Amino acid sequence: MAAADGGEVSAILRDLESLKASKSEIELRISALEARLQEINLQQPNGAVSNGSCAPLPSSVDSGYGHDLSPQMIYRYSRQLLLPSFGVQAQSKLLKSSILVVGAGGLGSPALLYLAACGVGHLGIIDHDVVELNNMHRQIIHTERFIGQPKVRSAAAACRSINSTIQVVEYQEPLRTSNALEIMSKYDIIVDATDNAPSRYMISDCCVVLGKPLVSGAALGFEGQLTVYNYNGGPCYRCLFPTPPPTTACQRCSDSGVLGVVPGIIGCLQALEAIKIAGEVGEPLSGRMLLLDSLSGRIRIVKIRGRSLQCVACGENTTFSKLQFREFDYENFTQSPLTPSPLKLNLLQADSRINTKEYKEKIDDGKAHVLIDVRPEHHFKIVSLPNSLNIPLPSLEARLPEISLALKENEENRGVNSELYVVCRRGNDSQRAVQSLHKLGFTSARDIIGGLEAWARDVDPNFPTY
Amino acid sequence: MQLTVEFGGGLELLCNSVKIHNVNVELQKAAEKLTMKDLLAWIRTNLIKERPEMFMKGDSVRPGVLALVNDCDWELTGQLDTTLEEKDVVVFISTLHGG
Repeated sequence: MAAADGGEVSAILRDLESLKASKSEIELRISALEARLQEINLQQPNGAVSNGSCAPLPSSVDSGYGHDLSPQMIYRYSRQLLLPSFGVQAQSKLLKSSILVVGAGGLGSPALLYLAACGVGHLGIIDHDVVELNNMHRQIIHTERFIGQPKVRSAAAACRSINSTIQVVEYQEPLRTSNALEIMSKYDIIVDATDNAPSRYMISDCCVVLGKPLVSGAALGFEGQLTVYNYNGGPCYRCLFPTPPPTTACQRCSDSGVLGVVPGIIGCLQALEAIKIAGEVGEPLSGRMLLLDSLSGRIRIVKIRGRSLQCVACGENTTFSKLQFREFDYENFTQSPLTPSPLKLNLLQADSRINTKEYKEKIDDGKAHVLIDVRPEHHFKIVSLPNSLNIPLPSLEARLPEISLALKENEENRGVNSELYVVCRRGNDSQRAVQSLHKLGFTSARDIIGGLEAWARDVDPNFPTY
Repeated sequence: MQLTVEFGGGLELLCNSVKIHNVNVELQKAAEKLTMKDLLAWIRTNLIKERPEMFMKGDSVRPGVLALVNDCDWELTGQLDTTLEEKDVVVFISTLHGG
């Protein structure tokens, strides 16, 4: 008997093994077919990139369980379904929702990853930029093999590899008043993950005109800010900031720096707020603002004003319409460009300037000169030209004696008149410095055109840029 | 009057990069109360070390700066006329645009 039982047990085990193997093979084939169907649906009828058409999800049919989650979906999202206050209801809403993330950078990266993973049915990504090596420390959705390629393509590939069952739409273009209405109108919720003031006003105004909630995040240095605009009678961006700030108050990550994890935190919180709105759970951060000071480990949530009756965009008697939106000049309004590029000043006469190749010749010819580097000290510590003297621009006037001394020593040692050059990172502050130096009596001072970036580009390709 | 004045979003750069200031603001002899308007003038004289135009415009804060009294937008408490009380926390935050 024992022998017969043993034989039966091993037969059952064999059968089980074989059935389990077939089951996982079938499941694999199901996933592959679903992904294929998804692709086909995306390609037609208007499936090309940048169309934004939202085809119905292939698997959103009644499963016979009283909701429209397929067995695959139940398993994939089970840990969210297990949350009593989220459950099938919120998950179904997420799957039916559409969210547009504007910007696939430091904020957009984590926001997109979580929105794709949690099952937002239709995810739009808009960005005009390409992936660069100096993005990688914070824009964690991109991988090294996408350097030089459009951020949108890279981000969409990452989203699809996390969740092949959602629809991801790519817009490889800058958001402008000319395309914003058309693109944004296709989505339920907008996530502002941009990096400049005019875009923030434009996106907020467009959300007001279209009646869409806006999840707005920002990060710089060690600090971050987060709030939800235009939601449930709450304020819009213009209610809070009716007048744009002076351009000098708008610092950028590429100038002031940012610790990578800080936009990461804010981007995650943006995903959270978007999920709350889409799933209709919890209390979205409307009428409140979260302020993160990561260095001191402080998070503050403050109460902000409600909708302003006088608001130009959403106020009581406003006439702000789609037409006006399309014609509004956000770059003029904020005095800054929608797709910022580094500032290029031109303050000096040609004879007060020298290009990097000419400066290289001066060095090679052994010309007596003093080189002043007017960048901040922490920039100077990253990299500097040999024999340069670091006098940050704000302290220039106070440290004039050092320049006089350097010139004098040079002249005594060499027995010839010493020339005076000024350099900085990109060639703007060096012009400002030369202007001051001229006024202060150093009339021979000249700036090195394009700064250290030009030096690296035109003279020494091995010179580090940052 | 003992107050805590905090700067953030880059405004601290105008005060030698110090974010939190525990200050004692003396009331003017005739005055009975201290308002935000008084405090702003006091801050401009006593805390701001450079580029005051990056903090104030006229007698108020410049556009793009949020003023918060005890974690509440000063638009809700009376703006310049907000009356301050002992141990209040007043925060000034410059709005960020980066991402």
